[in-house]
Amino acid sequence: MSILIDGNTKVICQGITGASGAFHTKGCLDYGTRMVGGTTPGKGGQKDVNGLPIFDTVADAVEGTGANATMIFVPPPFAGDAILEAAAAGIEVICAITEGIPTQDMIRVRAALTDFPNAHLIGPNCPGVITPGKRVAGEGAQATFQGGCKIGIMPGYIHTAREDASTGRAIGVISRSGTLTYEAVWQCSERGIGQTTCVGIGGDPVKGLNFIELLGMFDQDPDTDGVIMIGEIGGSDEADAAEWIQGNMTKPVAAFIAGRTAPPGKRMGHAGAIIGGADDTADAKMTRLRECGILVAESPADLGSSMSAALDLAEATASTS
Amino acid sequence: MKIHEYQARELLANATVPVPSGAMVETVDAAVAETKDLLAGGDTLVVIKAQVHAGGRGKAGFVKLVRSVEEAREAAEFMLSNRMVSPQTPPEGLEVTRLLVAAGVDIDSEFYLAITVDRANGTNTLIASAEGGVEIEKVAEETPEKIIKEPLDPRLGLQPWQARKVAFAVGFKGKQVNQAVKTMLALAELFRSTDASLVEINPLIVTPPDESNPDGRVLAIDAKFNFDDNALFRHRDIAALADLSETDASERRAEEFGLSYVALDGNIGCIVNGAGLAMSTMDIIKLHGGEPANFLDVGGSATEEAVTEAFRIILGDDKVQGVLVNIFGGIMQCDTIAKAIVNAAGTVGFEVPLVVRLEGTNVDAAREILRDAKQELPTMHAATDLTEAARMVCSAVAVPG
Repeated sequence: MSILIDGNTKVICQGITGASGAFHTKGCLDYGTRMVGGTTPGKGGQKDVNGLPIFDTVADAVEGTGANATMIFVPPPFAGDAILEAAAAGIEVICAITEGIPTQDMIRVRAALTDFPNAHLIGPNCPGVITPGKRVAGEGAQATFQGGCKIGIMPGYIHTAREDASTGRAIGVISRSGTLTYEAVWQCSERGIGQTTCVGIGGDPVKGLNFIELLGMFDQDPDTDGVIMIGEIGGSDEADAAEWIQGNMTKPVAAFIAGRTAPPGKRMGHAGAIIGGADDTADAKMTRLRECGILVAESPADLGSSMSAALDLAEATASTS
Repeated sequence: MKIHEYQARELLANATVPVPSGAMVETVDAAVAETKDLLAGGDTLVVIKAQVHAGGRGKAGFVKLVRSVEEAREAAEFMLSNRMVSPQTPPEGLEVTRLLVAAGVDIDSEFYLAITVDRANGTNTLIASAEGGVEIEKVAEETPEKIIKEPLDPRLGLQPWQARKVAFAVGFKGKQVNQAVKTMLALAELFRSTDASLVEINPLIVTPPDESNPDGRVLAIDAKFNFDDNALFRHRDIAALADLSETDASERRAEEFGLSYVALDGNIGCIVNGAGLAMSTMDIIKLHGGEPANFLDVGGSATEEAVTEAFRIILGDDKVQGVLVNIFGGIMQCDTIAKAIVNAAGTVGFEVPLVVRLEGTNVDAAREILRDAKQELPTMHAATDLTEAARMVCSAVAVPG
């Protein structure tokens, strides 16, 4: 089990003939994702380098392939429009990788998405979402997988399915950062902790799915034993999530907040990573998370060990009560 | 992107928001001439304000009220020949090259008015308060009930009824209400049409009653506007307002190469891929007793050339006594970084300790490249994990004793 996507998810790529779209469509195919086609307006009827059918519109692609998820690599000025096109065509999981979409576009897109309650937006400005597949052959970067679904730009081989995890445990990952997610996944995989689904929610100030919605999904997923949430400076999402966890979450959560050394008022790479006031510093968020009973890693090197400790603690508490 | 107060005033005036008359000047003589004009036009008080992207101007002596051309000359001379130092500037202060010379007005009451993005709710929000002229953060902290927030419908924007509601709620009276409503609607339109991230008028003031204005006039005295960098592609006119003289030269060069770089005060340079990992790398350096010299995210698809430039920028910083490279290859392939390190060794040269931690895509190829280039990289140490990397670089730059 997993959340949002699994081995049956049929995925298209919007912007499949662009350099990034083509490169990562291949990467997803290689991982075992059921990539079924893509769109590039004006190139409908052609095939991409992998032999996948190209469509002019998302509606055509859905009709032709039965796709229910999309990976968007459309350039920033047109990406908001691409998200809405996917929603209107009935796509359920919309993963917007594109970085640099204007905030006001995202505000309008979010408002318009309320007309499509079945559409879940992930991102933008994110690495994507992955439900790891079972390893069938090879080691390290050469390993091949089956039954998983990778929608995005993350290196697939660092992930571990529950079946392959030596501890038999599997967790969910929710993160505002790309490479820091890989770090967390890597550290967990090294410790024999598998992952059910890893979701990069993106580094923009206005985005789709947020911590709370995803924590709720992981809490409902019977295969997920715990969750790592990785936040950073800027905004109140982590503090809001902390309160939600305290009141609702039944599974252990380990957290990390990036940017303790970031100066106020300076944008640290991500459009959303900027300290605006006293509430959205890393230290303030870490304090709030701890007040709500959540284990917070001091160092990015402790992501895996913190998750492990949180799982142990939850297990010990469950067996004594 | 930020703009100066005088530029924000111009945008407001073009949007029909009343502002006191005045002009931006770049010389003492021009400041004197503008003051002369204002005094001749009937104004008795003139305010001269330094145009820099930092607060704390008043206390630093860079906002002055003058009543004569002599006082204007003295104030302008001081501001244009001294660097402004305030808690919000770097320690060495900022050079002042532009002044705003504006008519001083009598103030009956002061308000705060702004529109900004409410990230948590994914909407734009109008913020107003009767506590104008002071720092709004302070008001929010001490008396949050004095701040009124009104969310804007994402598809409709600010509606007149909302502006009226806010105007009455903060205490505008009589004929002031309509003036305030007009200002709010104009501000909302300005926010929308420029893809702003913040438009703030502080203070928005009411002048004392006079014969033609029995309820006083509503005027914007100071304004601060920020714009969404991601939307500048469709606002060439706004992009042209940027004052690059205040942007760090290295930050500008980094931007040209698609690198995200922020200079800091420490002595350990960092090169990382991904913003979150880059911040975390700074954090872990600090956790092990070191001080990061910068934030640098090479991004996911940087070329060897761009990464080499990253090394050039970091090694060009005299404060840097050690460099930590932390790469978790995803799209970014570790061998690209390895090649750039070898490149940088040839073209820039490493005299300081270099600690490299690589993981992820093509890591084996990358390690081989670095092993083969050992002769050219005498100061390099390879670390296997993040903690080891942080320890190594911190101890390498630690001052003995």
